[in-house]
Amino acid sequence: MTTRREILRTMTAAGALALWDAPLRVAFANVATERRLVVVILRGALDGLAAVPPHGDKDYAAMRGQLALDASGDAGLHDLDGFFGLNPGFAGVKAMYDAKEAVLFHNICSPYRDRSHFEGQNCLETGGASPHVFNDGWLNRALAPMGLDNGTGAVAIEQSPPLLLAGKAKATSWMPAAMPEPETAFLKKVRALYAGDPELGASLESALNLQNEAMEMSDDPGAKNPKLKASYGNLVPLFRGAGKLLASANGPRVAVLDASGWDTHVGEGAGSGALARRLQALDRGLDALKASLGSHWRKTAVLMATEFGRTVRPNGSGGTDHGTGGAAFLLGGAVAGGKVRAEWVGLKPSVLKDGRDQPARTDLRALFMGVLADHMGVSQAALRTTIFPDSGNVSPMKGLIRA
Amino acid sequence: MSLEGAIAAHRFGLGARPGEIARASADPKGWLLGQMNGPAPQPVSPDGEPFENAGALVASEDDYKVRKFMRKGEKKKGLKGVKGAEKPAMKDGPGNLRRKTYMREIGARFALGFTTDRPFAERMVRFWSNHFTISTQRHKIMMFAGDFEREAIRPHINGTFEDMLFAVCMHPAMQIYLDNWHSIGPHSLAGSKRQKGLNENLGRELMELYTLGVDGGYSQADVVAMAKLLTGWGVYDGRPSGFGFYAQRHEPGPITLRGKTYPAGWDGGVAAIRDLARDPATARNIARKMAAHFISDRPPKDSVARLQKAFVESGGKLHALYETIVGDPAAWDPRLRKMRAPVEYVTAAMRAVGWPRGKDPHRQEKHARRLIASVRLMGEVPFAAPSPKGWPDDSEAWSGSDGLLDRIEWAKTVGEEMGSGISAAAVAEAGLGPLLGPVTKSVMAEASSQGEALALLLASPEFQRR
Repeated sequence: MTTRREILRTMTAAGALALWDAPLRVAFANVATERRLVVVILRGALDGLAAVPPHGDKDYAAMRGQLALDASGDAGLHDLDGFFGLNPGFAGVKAMYDAKEAVLFHNICSPYRDRSHFEGQNCLETGGASPHVFNDGWLNRALAPMGLDNGTGAVAIEQSPPLLLAGKAKATSWMPAAMPEPETAFLKKVRALYAGDPELGASLESALNLQNEAMEMSDDPGAKNPKLKASYGNLVPLFRGAGKLLASANGPRVAVLDASGWDTHVGEGAGSGALARRLQALDRGLDALKASLGSHWRKTAVLMATEFGRTVRPNGSGGTDHGTGGAAFLLGGAVAGGKVRAEWVGLKPSVLKDGRDQPARTDLRALFMGVLADHMGVSQAALRTTIFPDSGNVSPMKGLIRA
Repeated sequence: MSLEGAIAAHRFGLGARPGEIARASADPKGWLLGQMNGPAPQPVSPDGEPFENAGALVASEDDYKVRKFMRKGEKKKGLKGVKGAEKPAMKDGPGNLRRKTYMREIGARFALGFTTDRPFAERMVRFWSNHFTISTQRHKIMMFAGDFEREAIRPHINGTFEDMLFAVCMHPAMQIYLDNWHSIGPHSLAGSKRQKGLNENLGRELMELYTLGVDGGYSQADVVAMAKLLTGWGVYDGRPSGFGFYAQRHEPGPITLRGKTYPAGWDGGVAAIRDLARDPATARNIARKMAAHFISDRPPKDSVARLQKAFVESGGKLHALYETIVGDPAAWDPRLRKMRAPVEYVTAAMRAVGWPRGKDPHRQEKHARRLIASVRLMGEVPFAAPSPKGWPDDSEAWSGSDGLLDRIEWAKTVGEEMGSGISAAAVAEAGLGPLLGPVTKSVMAEASSQGEALALLLASPEFQRR
């Protein structure tokens, strides 16, 4: 077994890999339920019209120009219902759709209407009606209502939890690469060092608890070191690690993964280029998640959302700029799938926001609320008062989860 | 050794080298501001070869692309590429030219951080480099990252904000990173011929991150206007700066940005950037960032206001900001409230042990480069931030469980590698001075070896914070 210290000792070799490493993070939370919830934050504004192309829309081909996809050729899209399709990279998601394990959403966005990544992600993660209203994440606020108050804490597989999972309900962080040795005399002494330091003391304790759990469950030598092995193009180790943790009997029940690489300003490559490859990497990650969850997949819902969509027309560099409405995804064995849910209004210039963006007709929070309510058993009261207190007349989507 | 001397070396510097706290103690503020004259020191490559300038790097990047193309052609057996192209030797193959350039630069940068006797100047270099983030997340940037800091940041740390902003905007690294070199005015000569057009990326981040701030008062229309003003600014092979202005790509004007109309052409873009540099919102954005960097994640309003006033009244003279923050009592609070980011942490550790401690230059270089992998494990790679926002500066971003365990493990490795033949207690006394707490002292006293005691020092709360 490669220990953490061996990794540190072979730092020269590690350095070569590190430079190409993926900007991807994972986070977990312990829940007293058999249901599993995975949230994947697609950071960077995914182009919804490339991921879930509405190829049957009469304005689609003309508006998208060089970025338009069709069903012909090797790089053809996967048709769903004659109107919507899936990106060529999404073979696994297509299989899930066919197995009625995938719902796709369109013209959906957080309530944020400007075009800053950082504010948009803030809205997406805090669940506020505008950026910086809350300084904790909506998923963190949902931990107590989901029955997480048991003190075992939540986990981020990253240096620290992303905003989505940060807040009062303490979440710890863990990264699958960092497999340290079991407790040693040295760690006892470090504990003594932190005795008078609540922040670092608590941080250390939660890290050690998680390590023990991870050591017990890990049986795949290849998975022991995904932080070093994961390349930009390979999300499998992290998704597989997430699935394994979720599958363990006393493991976490909620996981947050964080995948970037969607900010396609230049040379987007919607059909066979950069974006299609990135979507394929995500697709393979999702397949690995499903495989490693085993029989728990049927109790699992995977929610994937991005901060906003991108412009309908290509820009001058074969890419797209920051937009508004876009796509979202709900996958998993627990999902009432096999459909696209969208208030579709077409792509005519006259219906576009500011003449350029796909409009937002559905609030992402309606999707979040629907999943929390029907999948994780969160009450209406908790949704309204603590998790999304400024959600106004947004109501939970119905019929997302299999009865 | 005074408490203020120790705070000067740790909070404003990069952590104390042996003897540094004593030197700073007589006049801590004078010691800091005395470092802030003229350009920041430049890193020196251990192989003695000078680093290339931006123009030469543009040419190197072109060579790299040609080689990559040729190799691709060979792999595909002439499908599209060049048939029978000579196979480049592995050593100079694609990837290596970019990586070699990057690693050489970063190794030298680490070494400068470990040894400099102007640590406050070096701290500001890193502050500004992170403010004006460029990132190897776009792999092309590997070639230019080190040069960006050497040519656009270091010469200007004691100049004006405006000078630095222009140097940044005109550097190939920024042009490439935020796509402006591809941006073409839709009505320009080039734009009307080709089906190419505007790219908003630099126009947006220039206002949102580098100057006004996200709440600084601009609209989507202003983003488009700024992008238009920047069309034609691009990368140019054949002059030392690597930068050029291409009139045929420039969007014809006049162009209105934030209510003011600018003429088309080079002068319009320059005037617009100058106005952004001098805007009160920019002063506020920079003031907030600097106060949070040195004081705490949520700095006192008064401290921010003082920095903002200094920025406005001095016309953006950076030295005025340094005088203000060094003169602010809130910045001298003895509580250590900011967790060091990984590069800072590793740098402070190497300074405390008096790096390189007699290692020959070849091994010094290797070691400095090896430490890149260490900071990677802890979550930070120089010039590789995940977004144009840069690496997080808030303390909480670095105090999470996983990163902490990585630091502890690393401290242990350093203790084992560098602990023999030293007195850890002496390193602690000289390195932290009055900041060394009784708990750390007593835990260190019970260590089983000098190496373990050193590891415990590096893992201690007072060493991880500043």
